[in-house]
Amino acid sequence: MTLTIHDLRKEPGSYLPGSAACPGCGATLAFRIASRVLGPNTVYVVPASCFSVIQSPFPKSAISAPLYNIAFPAAAATASGVYRAYKMLGKDVNVVVWAGDGGTVDIGIQALSGAAERGENILYVCYDNEAYMNTGIQRSGATPLLAWTKTTPSGKREMPKDMPMIVAAHRVPYVATASVGYPFDLANKFEKAKKIKGFKYIHIFSTCPPGWNSPVSKTAEVAKLAVDTYFWPLYEIENGKLRITVKPKKRPLREFLELQDRFRGLTEREIEELEKIVMEKWNFLLHLEKSERVF
Amino acid sequence: MGLGVPIIVPVSKPSKGAAGKTGLWRVERPVVNEDKCIKCWLCWLYCPEDVISEGDNGFPKIDYTFCKGCGVCADVCPTKAIQMVREEE
Repeated sequence: MTLTIHDLRKEPGSYLPGSAACPGCGATLAFRIASRVLGPNTVYVVPASCFSVIQSPFPKSAISAPLYNIAFPAAAATASGVYRAYKMLGKDVNVVVWAGDGGTVDIGIQALSGAAERGENILYVCYDNEAYMNTGIQRSGATPLLAWTKTTPSGKREMPKDMPMIVAAHRVPYVATASVGYPFDLANKFEKAKKIKGFKYIHIFSTCPPGWNSPVSKTAEVAKLAVDTYFWPLYEIENGKLRITVKPKKRPLREFLELQDRFRGLTEREIEELEKIVMEKWNFLLHLEKSERVF
Repeated sequence: MGLGVPIIVPVSKPSKGAAGKTGLWRVERPVVNEDKCIKCWLCWLYCPEDVISEGDNGFPKIDYTFCKGCGVCADVCPTKAIQMVREEE
């Protein structure tokens, strides 16, 4: 069954207005939609990230669901424990890790890999704003090639880690990428993940207007363009079988890059190089889609 | 054990406006033109702050106490029914 806007509007969310998030935050947009799909029977585990701040200062919280704040590297391990504790009490609860890209790709990868290998029944969500935004825009393992951050003032020289594929290589039942520019695709992936038993992983491309220096009002447009230019392909790997969920008509990568000042000053050659990398990845995914099992 | 130290459990309680009246951050306010609105609710879907709800007349209603004025609703509106208007002093 495919979720529609009417289904989403009926469900209560776990996000309350008036949080400390920046205007136009992609992470709150993703959380609003995800929490409506996951429903009230959900416990969140949040490592240090923007989302620890978005909850707002003690004694108030902008999240109306039970939420456990934990240290940077411990999110997946904590979620494993939370799920098992509820199981001992005889309760079946969705346990969801809501982590940033730093807490997933760099600092949290060890616990994440361990939980995936053990096959814990949790959903790990990485909302990826492609740098350490909370501490002031430092590069992370998810920052794309040639992007400006405060620690890569002339553009990052290294390729980002392909985190969804790293998790998929653990042979977990469900891995998906999503984007806040395609909210229905995102909602349906959460709906699917909710019903699967075992370790699930969803990687959300989440716009960060202050960090990317993109216009505040273009949060959705930037995230949509990322998909339409094949910069961020949307796919899911269910029991080893890869399927590209959105196949838009290709638009020039320049349209996506021009909206963000973090890519300002790229030379023609660098844009061509990025375009080539993007197309290589897309063709690779098309190739993988044809095979019976990816992992 | 009477240690005489007050024990505070660090548990936050859910509340609207946990970071205060965030509407004060706004530079421009979104205004809905009900003649143009087709009630597709895309503004509701894309609002990062969850401040858009259905008003009594069935059209989108914006909670200006918490709306941060990011303008995502105006950007995604297919009929351009939402205008960003500069806040007066």
